[in-house]
Amino acid sequence: MSKVASPEELSRVRYGPPKKGWMDSPAEFKEGRWCYGSKPKDHHVIGLPNPRSWSPGDEDWKLPDNWKEIFLEGMRERLDKFRTFRIFMDICVRCGACADKCHFFIGSGDPKNMPVLRAELLRSIYRGEFTNTGKILGKLAGGRKLTYEVFKELFYYFFQCTECRRCSLFCPYGIDTAEITIIGRELLNLLGCNIDWITGPVANCYRTGNHLGIQPHAYHSMLEFFCEEIEEITGILPEPSFNRKGAEILFITPSGDVFADPGTYTCMGYIMLFHYLEGLGLDLTWSTYASEGGNFGYFTSHEMAKRLNAKMYAEAERLGVKWILGGECGHMWRVCNQYMDTFWEPPKSLEIPVSPITGTRFEQAKDHKMVHICEFTADLIKHGKLNLDPSRNDIYNVTFHDSCNPARAMGLFEEPRYIINNVCNNFVDMPINTIKEQTFCCGGGSGLNTDEIMDLRMRGGFPRANAVDYVHQKHGVNLLSCICAIDRATLPPLMEYWVPEVGVSGVHELVANALVLEGEQKRTTNLRAEEFPWVEEEEEEAEEEALEVSLEAAEETAAEAAEEAVAEAAEEAAEEAAEEVAEEAGEEEAEGEK
Amino acid sequence: MGIWVSFFAVIALVLIPSVGAQGAGQYIFGIFIPYVAVLIFVIGFIYRVVQWGKTPVPFKIPTTGGQMKSLPWIKWNPLDNPATTGGVVGRMALEVLAFRSLFRNTRVELRDGPRVSYGSNKWLWVAALAFHYAFLVVFLRHFRLFMEPVPGFVGLLESVDGFMEVGLPRLMISGVVLLLAALYLFLRRVAVPQLRYISFAADYFPLFLIIALAGSGLLMRYFIRVDITSVKELITGLVSLRPTIPEGIGVIFFVHLFLLSVLIAYFPFSKLMHAGGVFMSPTRNMANDNRQNRHINPWNYPVKVHTYAEYEDEFREKMKEVGLPVEKE
Amino acid sequence: MALKQLLEENKSVILSRWFDTILETYPVDTQHFLRSKKNQFDNPVARRISDGIEGIFSQILNDDEEKDVSPFLDKVIRIRAVQDFAPSRAVAFMFDLKRLVREVLGKAIRELQLSEELGRFEEAIDKMGLLALDIYMKCREEIYELRVNEVKRSVSRLIERANKICGIPGKEGDPEVCSTDNLT
Ligand code: SF4
Ligand code: SF4
Repeated sequence: MSKVASPEELSRVRYGPPKKGWMDSPAEFKEGRWCYGSKPKDHHVIGLPNPRSWSPGDEDWKLPDNWKEIFLEGMRERLDKFRTFRIFMDICVRCGACADKCHFFIGSGDPKNMPVLRAELLRSIYRGEFTNTGKILGKLAGGRKLTYEVFKELFYYFFQCTECRRCSLFCPYGIDTAEITIIGRELLNLLGCNIDWITGPVANCYRTGNHLGIQPHAYHSMLEFFCEEIEEITGILPEPSFNRKGAEILFITPSGDVFADPGTYTCMGYIMLFHYLEGLGLDLTWSTYASEGGNFGYFTSHEMAKRLNAKMYAEAERLGVKWILGGECGHMWRVCNQYMDTFWEPPKSLEIPVSPITGTRFEQAKDHKMVHICEFTADLIKHGKLNLDPSRNDIYNVTFHDSCNPARAMGLFEEPRYIINNVCNNFVDMPINTIKEQTFCCGGGSGLNTDEIMDLRMRGGFPRANAVDYVHQKHGVNLLSCICAIDRATLPPLMEYWVPEVGVSGVHELVANALVLEGEQKRTTNLRAEEFPWVEEEEEEAEEEALEVSLEAAEETAAEAAEEAVAEAAEEAAEEAAEEVAEEAGEEEAEGEK
Repeated sequence: MGIWVSFFAVIALVLIPSVGAQGAGQYIFGIFIPYVAVLIFVIGFIYRVVQWGKTPVPFKIPTTGGQMKSLPWIKWNPLDNPATTGGVVGRMALEVLAFRSLFRNTRVELRDGPRVSYGSNKWLWVAALAFHYAFLVVFLRHFRLFMEPVPGFVGLLESVDGFMEVGLPRLMISGVVLLLAALYLFLRRVAVPQLRYISFAADYFPLFLIIALAGSGLLMRYFIRVDITSVKELITGLVSLRPTIPEGIGVIFFVHLFLLSVLIAYFPFSKLMHAGGVFMSPTRNMANDNRQNRHINPWNYPVKVHTYAEYEDEFREKMKEVGLPVEKE
Repeated sequence: MALKQLLEENKSVILSRWFDTILETYPVDTQHFLRSKKNQFDNPVARRISDGIEGIFSQILNDDEEKDVSPFLDKVIRIRAVQDFAPSRAVAFMFDLKRLVREVLGKAIRELQLSEELGRFEEAIDKMGLLALDIYMKCREEIYELRVNEVKRSVSRLIERANKICGIPGKEGDPEVCSTDNLT
């Protein structure tokens, strides 16, 4: 009999890595950690280089022969084009302040997931290929050459970074590993190495305007479908307009919220809010052309981000609107806030955004002419323009997840909290080192919200889930709200795995629950068709009342009814009898004639 | 391995002047090398800063660490999320003078119930502050060696620095702090596996160098005395570009001077350049006012986009079917 | 009974050695991090593990009929199930406990002649080890379910809508029923 190692023996094996330096331990491609490779058809749509079918699990990635040249040339070009890149390559002192700030490191324990080391993967090439000391001293000066293995390692770890910028916050020089990842991914893209979940949506957005590739008529009918659902709940059928020229405001939101639960409820929330405001003078249109706020191009390259972003201003100009209102989305706002105004000069036809309801001028957006819906709604609430019944959200104990991008690339903290506090009665924040600027990523940002790396996402999202679990245990929190469409896609599985009692919602879903529409029918459920807690009580009461009334009435009515019934029956019987008689008589007559 | 290479390199750097700074050799170590080192430092530093400065900043991407400036009734955090140049200066000052970002590490909080805990990284913040400030004070104190009359602030510094009033010559805290902080930063690098993992020779070398530099300075001040008047004469000569080598300066002085020369010559080619880089880091030195003031990318170029016309051409019939307005019938 | 007492008395020693043994299954660079940071939000993994094993241990000592270790096993295993450990390695920590107890208490057990009790104790741990494997498998299954659900959810409304158009109410979530090809 062959000897099988006992579990005890197995457990004595040490798991620690070989005592070698990180440069000597190449990345092991573990299933469940890499995403599927990009597909050639999508490469063709958006003109990405090197279209071929491949998988990161393959030995041969089918790179062009001169791949090294292309990569290094791309790197040189970017060193000359981005001060960020050059400085971040030069000044890291490896102090380690960022090392344990990355959710992927905290959750996985893989040392190469320390932000500093993620950056060193590329920095070592910079030193080894571009600086004299590195060229001469090699490893001693922290330099190494670009090899096939190193290239694969870059791919492996740049697609394990969600570009969340948490590390940047703690770095004394502001070194932003997200920026390094962005540029690293650009370099990988030069050789056509991207993941399917990024190139697919990019190609779809490019052509049809949304990540699933849904065509305009179907997109339109999805929103109509929501309107019907709203009618079922409220008795009111909103009629949003599309591609309408001459509207004052263009509304753009990520398309994820149009197709996927629970984002759909947020989308319904927008529709209801806009319907409510129409009565107060809102003149707003949706667009099927600029129907994707999210920008997966940003996870590919700066250029691709710009190509997708083009639609926003272009559509605003074509429709002749005065300003743009942007929905709840994380990386959409990263791009809109920090890049859009640089990518493009805002069309001259746009004006400084002014809320048509409150008259507030949004000075903070005076050049770039786009307002975040949370700013817009917070302003409405502040001016008392919304008729709200927060008790309709009483079944929820809400906490708020700051999405990385609005947090660390914008600083949008108080507006959503202000809104939630006004539309809900129960709100509590998570511990301070897990929210606001220190917020933890959902584990699936930057295009990593695909299902084949669910393990990685569960690990990476664990620090976030852990903080939710804490408020769940301590305060009975059962709803995690957020202002990001990717969050609404990635947090539900994260919660299902770690804290199954907690659901996920957008902020405007809560707004719409609380919003009292003019002339609405008595609402019994929220947007998710969950009954309000008091409905059952009320129904019971109503039933009881009805019962009493009917008992009294019953006696009288029963008697009356019986009489009537008898009388009717008698009449009928008489008629029938008469007919029969007549027939018979007729027959007899006929016979008699014979 | 890197650690030993750095260690022996520094030992060698100590030995070279010990052996070489005799007789005529003193001219090399006392005059030639310091001048060359300063030259390398100045040219190198300028070169690096100009190289960074020449590299464009295509996008305005500050890392925001607090509430942005938005609606007037929302409390804004102007230092962690500056929207004006003044705010940026304030943020930078906090960063450079108080190491704001490192301090974030140490946010005090509850753990295991009501006990308050400070993250271990508070030590990094303390040590980094101690290290840099001690270095600054020590550096400024050296002004006494070549400035006549001794500027007031140097005297003031010394009286603060020597507040302990012990020893003869009076013990200056800064030198000791510098040495201890450098030792701490070194030990930390060795003792914490995750730091050892990311460190290589270039991380140990400057630390060893500074430890040796501070050590030789302390030795010279308290134990192996050198003739201070001659040292003054030499340094004043160097600074006033009329170099001389007076008689009878101990070898230890040349060791000290040589280590300093190596340090400043090494400076522009190493991570020590973070001293200049921190001011130019785009995530810290830009205002979060993207939506108010347009940032121009100097190399912005046109890209291929999918226009509305192309889009309508592809989907016109389907759009018309559901009543979506179209441009061309 | 006497063994239980011994275990109780040496609880903190055994727990801390047990914790260390588990940490040793992580890369060395990570161990330091897992050990050093005490904040439960900055270092949730270590916190979960130490909470979990403490719970398991106290359940072992607990005489109550209703005792239930699974929530505590779940605490430890749920995180290890997504950390690239092979199943055997993910649950091996339960079996480590046997070795640890022998190491720490071996002498006392021999002196007090408790080997029979020890046998029963180890049997109980073996059972928990098997339970741990079940929990591991459950976690893995959940992961696969999450994957399936996510794919469904990402197009949920679209399919619901498509089915409505095709007049097949109530068949939500089944893409076979009515192809969405005409939409994309
Ligand atoms: S915090 Fe900054 S300087 Fe320190 S290791 Fe990280 S990136 Fe480098
Ligand atoms: S940006 Fe986020 S995911 Fe990327 S290294 Fe930094 S902390 Fe980790």
